[in-house]
Amino acid sequence: MRFNQKKPLMALVMLIAALALAVGISACGGGSSSSSSESTEAEAPATEETTEETGEEPAEESEEGGSGGEAITANPANEKVSLTIGSKNFPEQEILGEIYTQALQAAGYNAKSDLSLGSETVALKTLKAGKISGYPEYASTALTAFFGLEPEEVPSGATQAWEKANAEFEKEGLTAFKPTPFESANAVGLLKSTAEKYNLKTISDLKGVSEKLSLYGSPECEERIDCLAGLEKYYGLKFKEFKPVDIELRYTVLEKGQADLSILFTTDPKLAAESDKFVILEDDKDVFPAGNVIFVTSQKVAEEAGPDYQKTIEDVQSGLTLKVMQELDARVELERQTPKEAAAAYLEAAGYVE
Amino acid sequence: MSALALHPLTAGFGGAVEFIFHKQVSNVTGGHKVGGFEQVLELALRQIEVSVVALAIAIVVALPIGLYFGHKGTGEALAIGLGNATRAVPELAAIALVAAVVGVGFWPLVAVLSLLGIPPILTNAFTGIRQVDRPTVDAARGIGMTEPELLRKVEMPMAVPSIMGGIRTASINIIATATIAPLAGVLTLGNFIINENVYGANGVLAGAIVVAVIALIFEFALAGMQRQLTSRGLRLQAQ
Repeated sequence: MRFNQKKPLMALVMLIAALALAVGISACGGGSSSSSSESTEAEAPATEETTEETGEEPAEESEEGGSGGEAITANPANEKVSLTIGSKNFPEQEILGEIYTQALQAAGYNAKSDLSLGSETVALKTLKAGKISGYPEYASTALTAFFGLEPEEVPSGATQAWEKANAEFEKEGLTAFKPTPFESANAVGLLKSTAEKYNLKTISDLKGVSEKLSLYGSPECEERIDCLAGLEKYYGLKFKEFKPVDIELRYTVLEKGQADLSILFTTDPKLAAESDKFVILEDDKDVFPAGNVIFVTSQKVAEEAGPDYQKTIEDVQSGLTLKVMQELDARVELERQTPKEAAAAYLEAAGYVE
Repeated sequence: MSALALHPLTAGFGGAVEFIFHKQVSNVTGGHKVGGFEQVLELALRQIEVSVVALAIAIVVALPIGLYFGHKGTGEALAIGLGNATRAVPELAAIALVAAVVGVGFWPLVAVLSLLGIPPILTNAFTGIRQVDRPTVDAARGIGMTEPELLRKVEMPMAVPSIMGGIRTASINIIATATIAPLAGVLTLGNFIINENVYGANGVLAGAIVVAVIALIFEFALAGMQRQLTSRGLRLQAQ
């Protein structure tokens, strides 16, 4: 502990320590950023007629994960093709990654999963580096975060958004398969009692009230145009305060009475399970672009893997309506099943595997 | 576009320095720029604020306990055990727990951070006092010093290097961990590090650099303080 003497040497040692610290911290940051990326889920907007894209399988309106998908048949020709399916690091993504992986296995592929890659930036880099074959991405996230579109430029129709994103991906040697029926978006959520107290139904209703209310969201929300920045810019709202919190706490802060408003996701299972407690405000100016999930893969992999690759993925996701996705999210987030179990239950209930 | 072209390794040091002094374009903010000196300074000050408060609380709590038990020569299991036990609690888990029970915000965060600073201060104060040369203490007692005098005039001065070592370790722990504060309601420099989506690789590196600089400043300040507190005799001995 004698630091007093030999100052130059000490300074050098400290400098090295500081650099090591800096590297350590940024490494930690990378890890935790993954949790915040969950919010990107919200980027994707929702509403539209998305069910029609899934088109061909008429049987699949699927209530509880459930109706008739065609059973996937294993093609022996696929056995020599190895695929690694990735995902970002929050439950919904992991469930999707597992669904795709298990479906591809059922189709005879030598498929494995590499989930929890972190934020979309990390996932995309991993894909481009060839370490994964593909991963599910929200079309709106791709358009805003990767291709620089303003939220208002994101087409509201799922097919148009997918086509636009796909055109951009193709320039990068990638390709995106057709979108899922369900879509996910950020939403301004609050306790039902608060909504009744101020008579709030839409985000526009916050005008004149928001100065009295605190808004909690993921740290990145503050600057994002599909979050706080958008609420300020397009709705002209000013809040009493914005507080950043871990995405996991988005309901806790409401329950604790700390937050008047909290940024939630439309696919949150809690919204369905506790609809008498939590409500979301209608995004009447379409500031939060809704995103259907598109499976992004490299053109090279898609070519080598043959036609079953695309067909399996587009078939198996056709039963994923908002209701089904919420139910699957609930299995993982509320009932503590693993994404793997939830995915297997879906595939079986929907009849894709026996 | 830019996010696709950006790679953390190629972004480099220059980009991070640029981020600290000039606002930059981000592709998720709808046009308004992020970073720049004003924002960096604001977050840095907040990081320093929570760190100083947490460190002060840790010292106020841990130092008297460590000194007392060190002087009494008892409670070793308690002092060391408590120190080690709290060290085993992962801060993220602690923050999540506190958030679930108390809530998020400045004070819950400070509570967790000071919890992090307590073990090194407590353990070092205890062992520092225990390791003071026993014959010296006995001699002091022999010339008629009271127990409080013994602690203040003999044991504490001789234990300064160890005590300050504990405080310095605690300060580094606290400053480094304060980067996760944006997950608990307080915007610190960790905001740049956590949100690569918004601030880019430049922001991540800039955040890390500024945190490291703050840690260095604290380290030097505490080292200077230690030098002031160390008695002349000990300093000569150290040479």
